Amino acid sequence: MARIGVFICHCGENISATVDCPKVSEVAAKFPGVAYSVDYKYMCSDPGQSLVVNAIKEHKLTGIVVSACSPRMHEPTFRRACAEAGLNPYLCEMANIREHCSWVHEKGDRTDQKAIDVVRMMVEKVKRNNALMSIKVPVTKTALVIGGGVAGIQAALDIANAGHKVVMVEREPSIGGHMSQLSETFPTLDCSQCILTPRMVEVAQNPNITLYTYAEVESVEGFVGNFNVKIRKKAKSIDETLCNGCGMCTTKCPQKKIPNEFELGMGNRPAIYVPFPQAVPNVPVIDRLNCTYYKNGKCKICEKFCQPKAIRFDQEDEIIEVAVGAISICTGFDVKKTDFFPEYGYGKHKDIIDGLQFERMASASGPTLGAIRRPSDGAEPKKIVFVACAGSRDPAKGIEYCSKICCMYTAKHAILYKHKVHDGTAYIFYMDIRAAGKNYDEFTRRAIEEDNAQYIRGRVSSIYERDGKLIVIGTDTLMNHETVEIEADMVVLATAGVANQGAEELAQKLHVSYDQHRFFSEAHPKLKPVETNTAGIYLAGACQSPKDIPESVAAASGVAGKISCLFSSSELTREPLIAFVDRIAAPDYSSCTGCFLCQPVCPYNAIEKEDIKDRAGNLIKSLAYINPGLCQGCGTCVAICKSKSIDIDGYTNQQMYSEVDALLNS
Amino acid sequence: MKLGFYPGCSLEGASREYNESVQAVAEKLGIELVSIPDWNCCGATAAHNLDKELSLSLPARNLALAEEAGLTELVVPCAACYSRFTVTQHELLHDNAMHKKVNEIIGKEYKGTLRILNVIQFIEEYIIDKLEDNMKFEINKKVACYYGCLLVRPNKILNFDRTEDPQTMDVVMKKLGADSIDWAFKTECCGAGFSVSFTEAVGRLSGKIIEDASHRGAEALVVACPMCHSNLDMRRPAMDKYNGKKIDTPVIYITQAIGLALGIDRKKLGLNRHFVPVKLDNFKPYVKKEVVVENTQIMEEI
Repeated sequence: MARIGVFICHCGENISATVDCPKVSEVAAKFPGVAYSVDYKYMCSDPGQSLVVNAIKEHKLTGIVVSACSPRMHEPTFRRACAEAGLNPYLCEMANIREHCSWVHEKGDRTDQKAIDVVRMMVEKVKRNNALMSIKVPVTKTALVIGGGVAGIQAALDIANAGHKVVMVEREPSIGGHMSQLSETFPTLDCSQCILTPRMVEVAQNPNITLYTYAEVESVEGFVGNFNVKIRKKAKSIDETLCNGCGMCTTKCPQKKIPNEFELGMGNRPAIYVPFPQAVPNVPVIDRLNCTYYKNGKCKICEKFCQPKAIRFDQEDEIIEVAVGAISICTGFDVKKTDFFPEYGYGKHKDIIDGLQFERMASASGPTLGAIRRPSDGAEPKKIVFVACAGSRDPAKGIEYCSKICCMYTAKHAILYKHKVHDGTAYIFYMDIRAAGKNYDEFTRRAIEEDNAQYIRGRVSSIYERDGKLIVIGTDTLMNHETVEIEADMVVLATAGVANQGAEELAQKLHVSYDQHRFFSEAHPKLKPVETNTAGIYLAGACQSPKDIPESVAAASGVAGKISCLFSSSELTREPLIAFVDRIAAPDYSSCTGCFLCQPVCPYNAIEKEDIKDRAGNLIKSLAYINPGLCQGCGTCVAICKSKSIDIDGYTNQQMYSEVDALLNS
Repeated sequence: MKLGFYPGCSLEGASREYNESVQAVAEKLGIELVSIPDWNCCGATAAHNLDKELSLSLPARNLALAEEAGLTELVVPCAACYSRFTVTQHELLHDNAMHKKVNEIIGKEYKGTLRILNVIQFIEEYIIDKLEDNMKFEINKKVACYYGCLLVRPNKILNFDRTEDPQTMDVVMKKLGADSIDWAFKTECCGAGFSVSFTEAVGRLSGKIIEDASHRGAEALVVACPMCHSNLDMRRPAMDKYNGKKIDTPVIYITQAIGLALGIDRKKLGLNRHFVPVKLDNFKPYVKKEVVVENTQIMEEI
């Protein structure tokens, strides 16, 4: 005979201001099988939980219903209380009378009645609940880091230094990401390469880290602690074990006029190339689309000059399978290109460049060796205009969000420009100067006060070319909205930071959510900023939203901390709310007919074939078997099963029907 | 071939040369333009500032009359009329209550079945393919195509050409053999209705346009809007004053340019009616050949 306890929570006034809690408690006490019913102001508080624990012991309760908030909020709390009182935690149910009742209805009899009905349903359900044991799964203590920019590097090094194995996958031929393209960094103006390249080398040398460059994630299966990942290692056409990085092939390659991606088209590279001299690994790749041999079947000059004989024209893509316990997404961002802006000429003016191109220009290793030069004629620009918020904060034509990093890097650009062109003038059109951060505002003040950057608060309506100059038409909103016309030599657009190419496909491969801008979504904007909604998959850096270097690094270390926590024990505990195929006595063994319709619908590949054999080993019957390690309890197989042989623990058909019955018979 | 035609006030008055050239080109190519019977004002400039219902009812009556006359396509050469017509059609088809109300006001049922074409769309659909067979001359001149504000805006409603740096007129002019220049003032304001009340502003705004075009070596400006034309042509003294120099670059309608290429008599095209004399001549005789239109790719992107 069931002895159910009902605990009605007031949630301060959240519930009690709308629902008559004492009355609900009184009515619930009379439900068949209810042995105890009480209401209390804060059931989740320490005294509230003690009340639950004591009542279970005192009244020998066989199940409880806590009528309070959403189970997403406090179900774990009350399940723990149950366990403490010696009751199986899965004999505790939540009746949500806050989100589903008090918050959405007016005070009144009908609201009280709804609360009573919700409690009645859960009482009927919990009577049919079974004691369940949580599932233990082993943890593979290897982390996958997708993306080798500064966030990926930081995450990989922190996890590796905590003693765990790391597999890093990078799409480009070298790790380093956008940070390796930057000149100096704000707010200290230290050289980006100087602080990054040692970290890149550390990644390559760390014995705990396996690095796959020129590689992409092909597929991901499994769940937290036990992911199976397939990595496509694209053919570099080089035997990496033989290549000594001498660079002979890249100097001898006759194809020299391919736009260099690393220099954002401002320089050229050969068909066999390393993206930049400090690349890690220092192994070239052959760009098959542009290589003469792959186009015409003749050339192979690189092979002739390669002393270690490392060139492999017939190399094929390789699929590598790795087992990992956790995944960190660090795939970074991209910037809008200048052709996105009709009012600035659809990208047709050579001397209008984006912020990333300016970084390359200002970089000592860039196409101009750090000199600021007009791309059109190589002249030194004496008047330069920076346009902040190009595409950002522009719901009409661009994107509505703030790209966050542009205010700071534009101030940096103005400073760098002034350091290189002493007699030049830098103008900055801006909407607001957003310089929140340690030493950030001081930095923008430095640009204004020491380096004489001319900040003009207003937007630029159009830019056109006339006699070799770029005429920039804008407005100065602090000068009575006067039209400002500047004859500039060069214009730098601080174009909006956007999600990286391929972010959407990767999100779908990993089953993690992303927002309308294709940035990956965190599980909670405040309390779970580096977790995704999928257990075991984390986010770091600008793949989540535009972030600067310190923020990306902090998030990456946060991820490393989370993953280290996950790897701190050898087993994970999972909720046992999973599907199972019924078993009955011989000669039927199960009502399952072995049709296996359930197999293709299972999104987690959890359904296997189980053979029932007699002692002689002869097959009697094949049944569906659900692997408890893989099942996520989605219930799709339950719905499709023709013989109703599959059920889900914690949500059995019987339990669900009893809830519905309770509601209909009230 | 029969198409509906709405001249509006400009084409019957100050810009009759626009009308003359549209009619002359249509006649030459065997296209019959049928005016809407009993047409009224489109409501441009004043109505939409004063009274929304009035601003929708005036064009709606015209459109309803055209429908009643059994027309399916309507050529509206004036950019302002075109804007009022298309905006009205859009608003009424997206607002049932207003549609009902306007029907009551005009005492007719406006169905919204008409296709409204501006002069460029008219050229693209009914003229451009016939040029090769009918052209007598190439307009071998450097020209600046000036679009103004109303022809390409609001983009959301018109869905025609790109708002900044439009291309459709350039494509037509290139087809006529002209060298249409890339310049900066294609859609800058000409001063529009300030022509009478604040001529000095027109002098400044149109002055910048004409100065940039002539600076880049344009021998003529090509327009498709009577308002733009009258400002750029008639207010030349105010512009010259603003620019501090005399600029005699003429302003012609795109239909006049087509007329010249077709060898139509200059007087028939109304070229004698301009304030700034149109001296363009010495056109190269046209020899039929494969014309490569550079901008096709951009057109496809639109």
